[in-house]
Amino acid sequence: MPDLPEHNYIIEARGVVKKFGFKTVLRNVDLFLKKGDLLALFGHNGAGKTTLMQILCSLMRPTSGEICIAGFDLPHDSESLREVIGVISHNTFLYTNLSADENLRFYGMMYGVPKLNKRIEEVMTLVGLSKHLKDRVQTFSRGMQQRLSVARAIIHDPLILFLDEPYTGLDQHGAEELKQLLENFRDQKKTIIMTSHDLDRGLELCTQAAILRSGTLVYKEDIAKIDKGNFKNTYLKFTVKKPLFA
Amino acid sequence: MDFVQKLWAIVWKDLTSELRSKEMILSMCLFSFLVLIIFSFAFEMGFGDSKKIIPGILWVSFIFSGLMGVGRSFGLERDRGTIQGLFLCPMSPWGIYLGKMIGTFVFTMIMVIFTVSISTILFNLNVLPFLVPLGLIIFLGTLGFSTVGTIFSAISATTRTRDVMLSILFFPVSVPMIIASVKATGTVLDGKPIQAIFSWLNILAAFDLVFLLLAYLTFGFIIEE
Repeated sequence: MPDLPEHNYIIEARGVVKKFGFKTVLRNVDLFLKKGDLLALFGHNGAGKTTLMQILCSLMRPTSGEICIAGFDLPHDSESLREVIGVISHNTFLYTNLSADENLRFYGMMYGVPKLNKRIEEVMTLVGLSKHLKDRVQTFSRGMQQRLSVARAIIHDPLILFLDEPYTGLDQHGAEELKQLLENFRDQKKTIIMTSHDLDRGLELCTQAAILRSGTLVYKEDIAKIDKGNFKNTYLKFTVKKPLFA
Repeated sequence: MDFVQKLWAIVWKDLTSELRSKEMILSMCLFSFLVLIIFSFAFEMGFGDSKKIIPGILWVSFIFSGLMGVGRSFGLERDRGTIQGLFLCPMSPWGIYLGKMIGTFVFTMIMVIFTVSISTILFNLNVLPFLVPLGLIIFLGTLGFSTVGTIFSAISATTRTRDVMLSILFFPVSVPMIIASVKATGTVLDGKPIQAIFSWLNILAAFDLVFLLLAYLTFGFIIEE
């Protein structure tokens, strides 16, 4: 990874625009995050959250704008960037007819993880699935699959984590376990961006909150300055469209 | 070394996954068997000039059965939702292509060997005297099939009419490969020396190289978005 000056942001996105044909999905999005920040990104369906995440994790090219993550410029250094990021989404990216061990072995080999056996044991213990190492993923519950997906995303010990609706499909217990894992990562000073529809869950963990509306970043604030009890009103204020004829 | 390790990881994952489910291999072999059976009844094999149509029958079986498998190369990744996980790995698009192509090549070769074995029984065909030249044709032809098939599998995986799209894209482009393979196989089965098929082998090798180069140059754009 290139050396970062102390004052530098680990994630810098300037004027990011994304268009699909004539439809503009992201409009001049600026985003700056420092190491250890956990940004909760809120917004309605279709606000552009997933598109922004896909651009930031190099799966999609922006139409215009500059992005530099961990010192790597996108899209030119996307292959190098992928070595330092982990992505967790509602889609687990797991091969269900392979065992947990085989899934982690595959991703570990793809990321060139040294001492892979030891690392697999570590991450499986961390997500509480060490007893299920040899079990096929298709026998796992949704919560277990999501925990294994976390193990997959951190197998290479990434600096930055992108979480796109990670709580989707999880029951109360599974969501609580995921929350504990995320608290661990936050304490390890990993930089995290998480999209969520669940305001309470997002605010529980984040150090910053932002709201995306119709592709525009309309709100971004430090958690210390946010009145958590009143955030629902703030969210509605920034997201609900005013009727044309009031 | 790092590249080879990642390449092996993709091939190992595809082989392990397929050996466990056997979906692709079984369906390709079964389809190929049925095609051979239909042709053996339709043409009364073993009589008259029927030997002349054996190369065509063999390659029709290879291509049609192979298409069933090659379409699943990226199609299955998309259906399982693992395709983004694969693209998020720190490997060049070319490396991902090569890994998937090698997997397809291995599965197709298994089906081809099965098909040739069955056809020796059904068509009373003795391939042992032509094993080396026939092996060379099959190797280059299957490589060409996998090379082109994997590119179009990635393109068609994003479409709703995946199988139709794959056939529409694949057949026009692979005509030189199919003609060269059929002609070379026919020449070999006629008992002519290996020198007689050099020109066809050159065409097959050139076809493989051109499409490998094309994949190297364009696969990044193909898989984007």
